[in-house]
Amino acid sequence: MKKNDSLWQRLCALDEVSWENPLDQQLTAATTDEPDSELRRRAPLEFAIAEAQHEEMRETLYTEEQLKVSTLHSWVGRKGKKWLDAAYRLTAILFCLVIVTFLMTTVVQLPPFGAVDNPTNNEVAQRYLEKGLEETGAVNMVAGMILDYRAFDTFGESTVLFVAACSVLLLLKLGEHSDDEPSPAMLEAEWDDRHHEPKNDAILQMAARILVPIILLFGMYVVLAGHLGPGGGFSGGAVMGAGLILYLNAFGFQKTGRFFTYKTFRWVTFLALMTYALLKSYSFFCGANHLESGIPLGTPGAILSSGLILPLNICVGMIVMCTMYAFYTLFRKGGM
Amino acid sequence: MNVFIIMILGFLVVCAVATALTKSLLASVVIYMAYSVLMCIVWMLLQSPDLAVTEAAVGAGVTSLLFFITLKKIHAIRGDEEEDHHHEEK
Repeated sequence: MKKNDSLWQRLCALDEVSWENPLDQQLTAATTDEPDSELRRRAPLEFAIAEAQHEEMRETLYTEEQLKVSTLHSWVGRKGKKWLDAAYRLTAILFCLVIVTFLMTTVVQLPPFGAVDNPTNNEVAQRYLEKGLEETGAVNMVAGMILDYRAFDTFGESTVLFVAACSVLLLLKLGEHSDDEPSPAMLEAEWDDRHHEPKNDAILQMAARILVPIILLFGMYVVLAGHLGPGGGFSGGAVMGAGLILYLNAFGFQKTGRFFTYKTFRWVTFLALMTYALLKSYSFFCGANHLESGIPLGTPGAILSSGLILPLNICVGMIVMCTMYAFYTLFRKGGM
Repeated sequence: MNVFIIMILGFLVVCAVATALTKSLLASVVIYMAYSVLMCIVWMLLQSPDLAVTEAAVGAGVTSLLFFITLKKIHAIRGDEEEDHHHEEK
């Protein structure tokens, strides 16, 4: 009420109302602090007058404040904006120049590409190249590195994707968690979506009918053959996600809803992450304690080889596919 | 081969600058896709096919899709207004 008091004082000074009048003061207190005081019952007429005056004065003050604010606004609009723009541009240019200078000096000082005595040519890379096939059983050295030697980093990456999907869900998901009753916002989004996407496009549907199986098959191949050739969970999952998005665009949410709902997304992502965590924890636990993990490495080059890399690739692929598809649906209409 | 690499790198720079300077958002996204495809070729030339596959799938594919859908949402694709008008007339 302190702020209100000073406001009242300023009001009185403004309109030359006697501030010393005790009844007035009491009335003020009554109007501002406790509307249902004794006073109200004892002197209803005075109270009403005081209240009306108070309202009036308050309005005058408000108009004055508004006037001040609007003059400030117009000043900002006329000159301040110009200055602000100029300052903004100048700062941006300076900032860019500083960063470019830093980066350029660093690039100049980099060692030449592929030189023998580069710091990247250390015993770690040598070990990977010499013993990689023997220790991981993966023909594709990259898969051996990211899913065996450095599988924990890849787990972190999958978790980052999961967290990103969670934040997108928080930001863009519409409605309650119950799947049966769509909220008004969801219905509006649905209508908006129908309005913007032409359905039953014959050319698109024909192309999707031919392309989607090939894309999905290729994605599966990239995931499953990640330890044999270029590819792996992330790229394969992205390919499969793109295939699903194409299918969705051609045939609409009703068709994809038959096999991929919000529930599917939740469960697949959760199970894939948990499987990854459990498998890798087991192998790290064994490795750290110098125990035999009992996971066969198989013959290099066979599809069922290289220990845990194949199941880990499948897990990552599932997570990435679901995340890509979920991102698309959430961006499009805030749900699946 | 060297000439080819230099050409690709030159196109990369051109694409990067054009993405930032193009007025139309849709064209900007399309140029960004071209940038990703060129980057994919560069990864192939640097003998890292894993990265090339990922770049093609994520950079040129899914990211651009998300950009497109966002542009559609904020009515930044030209022709939308006419379509809306058409719908309203109906």
